[in-house]
Amino acid sequence: MSFVFYVLAALTLAGGLAAVMLKNTVHCALALTVAFAGLALLFLELDAQFAGFAQILVYIGAVAILVVFAILLTQGSETPKDGVYSRYWFSGLVIAAGVFAALGWAVLQSVRVLPHQTAVPSVTVLQIGNALMGRYVLPLEIVALLLTAALIGAVIVAMHEKERAK
Amino acid sequence: MTPLAGYLLVAALLFAIGLAGALTRRNAILVLIGIELMLNAANLNLIAFWRYGPHPEALTGMMFAIFSIAVAAAEAAVGLGLVIQIHRHAHSTNLDDMNRMKG
Repeated sequence: MSFVFYVLAALTLAGGLAAVMLKNTVHCALALTVAFAGLALLFLELDAQFAGFAQILVYIGAVAILVVFAILLTQGSETPKDGVYSRYWFSGLVIAAGVFAALGWAVLQSVRVLPHQTAVPSVTVLQIGNALMGRYVLPLEIVALLLTAALIGAVIVAMHEKERAK
Repeated sequence: MTPLAGYLLVAALLFAIGLAGALTRRNAILVLIGIELMLNAANLNLIAFWRYGPHPEALTGMMFAIFSIAVAAAEAAVGLGLVIQIHRHAHSTNLDDMNRMKG
């Protein structure tokens, strides 16, 4: 385990914790951006350059901006009077702690069957493009269809209903 | 602890943080943020298994992660559109107030 891994993991987890715990909603969105950036750097640390840069483009470039827009279009950064946590926060916390305990136990107790690969995989963008256009062309087309449907669906869902009511 | 176990533990912790956020916050946007964190934790698992598993040249885990990123982007767009529409309708994004299916 390298020093860089610990730094990046701490950055990601701190960003994630801040994103779900801060009171101001805009601050939560900014902390979420930090968590996304940490994850992108972890992807780069895992020698997955393409996925890392896709993470930066899609999450930091689009999803974080979308979240900020949604926050500003709804109630803005004001904090509600009656607290930010739901009535059932304790049971939610217990469920999350239980899930982490189960996952952590499974990770630490599991026995390695496959040999541990230490060699850095050399994957070029050319290989990724060939795989996307060859073996994975059907999932790629389905994702394209899904993105188109989501684009149209999001616009229709968020559209004003005034013209339709007339 | 092998590097793979380290990455899996970080992903499990991030998943638990996202789950806690989705279950304890009362703002719908914050619940969506928690769901995004959970999806990202799954992506980290996929990339870590791709890197330390056999045959990384087959690109299976990497492709899974890339498609998962695309699906998560679609989910975020539709989810936030729904939140905006609910806020316009009910003037609130508080999930504790939304306990009726009738408008």
